[in-house]
Amino acid sequence: MSLDKTDVEKIAHLARLAINENDIPGYVRDLGNIFELVEQLSEADTSNISPMAHPLDAHQRLRADVVSETNQRELFQTIAPETADGFYLVPQVIE
Amino acid sequence: MHNKSLSELSASLHNGEFSSVELTQHYLDRINAHNNNLNAFITVCDDRALEQAKAADMQLQQKTAGILTGIPLAHKDIFCTQGVLTSCASKMLANFVSPYNATVVEKIDAAGMVTLGKTNMDEFAMGSSNETSFFGSVKNPWDTNRVPGGSSGGSAAAMAARLAPIATGTDTGGSIRQPASLCNLTGLKPTYGRVSRYGMIAFASSLDQAGPMANNAEDAAMLLNVISGFDQRDSTSVERDVPDYTADLNNSLEGLRIGLPKEYFGEGLDPQVAATVEAAIKVYESLGATIKEITLPNTHLAVPTYYVVAPAECSSNLSRMDGVRFGHRCDNPKDLTDLYARSRGEGFGDEVKRRILIGTYALSAGYYDAYYLKAQQCRRLVSQDFTQAFEDVDVIMGPTAPTTAFNLGEKTDDPVAMYLADIYTISTNLAGLPGMSIPAGFVNGLPVGLQIIGNYFDEARLLNVAHRYQQSTDWHTQIPDAFK
Repeated sequence: MSLDKTDVEKIAHLARLAINENDIPGYVRDLGNIFELVEQLSEADTSNISPMAHPLDAHQRLRADVVSETNQRELFQTIAPETADGFYLVPQVIE
Repeated sequence: MHNKSLSELSASLHNGEFSSVELTQHYLDRINAHNNNLNAFITVCDDRALEQAKAADMQLQQKTAGILTGIPLAHKDIFCTQGVLTSCASKMLANFVSPYNATVVEKIDAAGMVTLGKTNMDEFAMGSSNETSFFGSVKNPWDTNRVPGGSSGGSAAAMAARLAPIATGTDTGGSIRQPASLCNLTGLKPTYGRVSRYGMIAFASSLDQAGPMANNAEDAAMLLNVISGFDQRDSTSVERDVPDYTADLNNSLEGLRIGLPKEYFGEGLDPQVAATVEAAIKVYESLGATIKEITLPNTHLAVPTYYVVAPAECSSNLSRMDGVRFGHRCDNPKDLTDLYARSRGEGFGDEVKRRILIGTYALSAGYYDAYYLKAQQCRRLVSQDFTQAFEDVDVIMGPTAPTTAFNLGEKTDDPVAMYLADIYTISTNLAGLPGMSIPAGFVNGLPVGLQIIGNYFDEARLLNVAHRYQQSTDWHTQIPDAFK
C-alpha cells in the first residue's frame, strides 16, 4: 500500500507530532516502504489463530489496595519545564 | 587490570592486590583516553564512581563485601539512575536527571558495584547501528569506520575497547545480541519477565528485556545473578526463583541436542559468516553435541510482525513525553496542542518519529484489525514454531546477524535495510525466549557472533553451552590492537 502527503499529515496530527513540511516527502517514501514490508503479513493464514499480546500469556497480577508510594511532588517537579504552587503550567485551555 | 574476568577482579579486590578506587580510576583513565574517539559514553560519572569505589573499599576492608563489590560497570543510558542524566540518547530527555533508580540500577548498587557512566545508544533504543543517537554515532573499536551495532552500541563499544569490565544492555529486537556479535562480546537477552523493567525507559513493553553484555559467559552469569528476580513494581515480572547461574557452567555437553533452523542459513546470510558459524557448530560436535536440522517456517513473518507490534507499543509508550511534566518543551507554545506537537517534533529524532507514525497508523480506527490484530496473530505463529522445535532439541543455534559490522552511514537512508540487520534476533523477542550471542571467529578482521536460543527460563543452560565453547576456543579473549 502507499501513503500520500495527506495521510502522513493526518497520522502526525493523531500522534501530536509536528513535522517539517520539507520532511513530508521523506516520510511518505519511508512509511510506504515500511508498510510494503508489513504487507507480507496479509499472506499468512491466521484463521483460528488467537492473537498473542504477551510472550508468556500472563495474566494481570493483582495486589492489595494499600499505599505503596509516598507523595514526592516536589522532587518530581524539580525536573518539570514550568510549575507554580505545585501545579504544572501549560498554555491556557479554558477562556 | 582490564584483561581480567570478573572473578579475577573480585579475587584481586578481596586479596588486596589493588583497591576499587585504583581499579575504577584505571577504567576512568581509559574512558578519558578513548571516549572522544569512540563516543561510547554519554555521561561519565567520575566523582560519583570514585565515591562508590571508596564505599566498596570500606566494605572490602571490613570483610562485608560481596563477590561483585567494587567492580565497575557501565549502564546503558536507558536505565533511570537517580541524580544522573538519563537521556535515552534523545534530545527529548537531554535534560532529564532521573529522580529515581531503575530496579536493575538498585540491584547493581546494592551488590556494591561502581557505575562508571551511562553509555550511548540508539535514540529510545530504536536502531541497529547506534546512528540514531542525539549524541552522535558510536564507532566500533574493531574498525572505527564501522558501526558497533545497536541499540546497545555504546555498551558494546565500551566493552570491546575494555573501557568497562561489564555493562548492561536492553534487547527489544536484538539490541544486546546484534551489537555483541558486531563487537566480539558475550551478550544475553533473558526470558521476558526474568529481569525487572521498572525504571528501564519503555520502548515496546511486551518485548523489552534487560541483560548483561560481558567478555565471557561466566561474567554474564555473575551479573545475571544480580539483576534477575521478581519485582512487584513491574507487572510483567515473573514470580520464579532465581538459580545460581554460575552453578551449571561446567556441565558436560555430551548428548546436547542442537537445532539448526534452515531458515537462518538461507538467502541474505553472508557466506563467510555462514562458514564461521558452521565451524563453531563443529566445535560443539566435538564436545559431544548432536546436530539436527529443524525448521521455523514462519521466520519470514518475524520482521514485518515486529514492525507493527514494536511501533504500536512505542507510539503508546512515548505519548507520555509531551513537554508538560519533564523533558524537552518548545519555546512560546501558542496553545496546548502546539505545546504537545512542537515539543515532540523538536524532541524526537527521525527514526523515533517514523516509528511513532507507523504505530499510530496501525492502531488507528479502521486499521487496527488489518495491522495490529493481524500482527499479534502472526506473533503467535512465530512463537509456536519455537514451541514445536523445542520438543526435539535443547538449544537452537545460528548466526546472530547476517553480516559483520557495516560501514557508518551505509544503511541510514534505508530504514527497511536497517531493519533486516535484526532478521535472526527478532523472533526470540516476539516469542519471549532467551537468546545469547557469543564470539565465534572473525571475517576480514571483524567479529562474528554465534546465536544460541533457549527454551523459556533456560538461561543456565545457555550460559553452560556458551561457557563450554569458551573453554575450547579463545575468540572471546581477542581485543582490538588499539585497545590492548
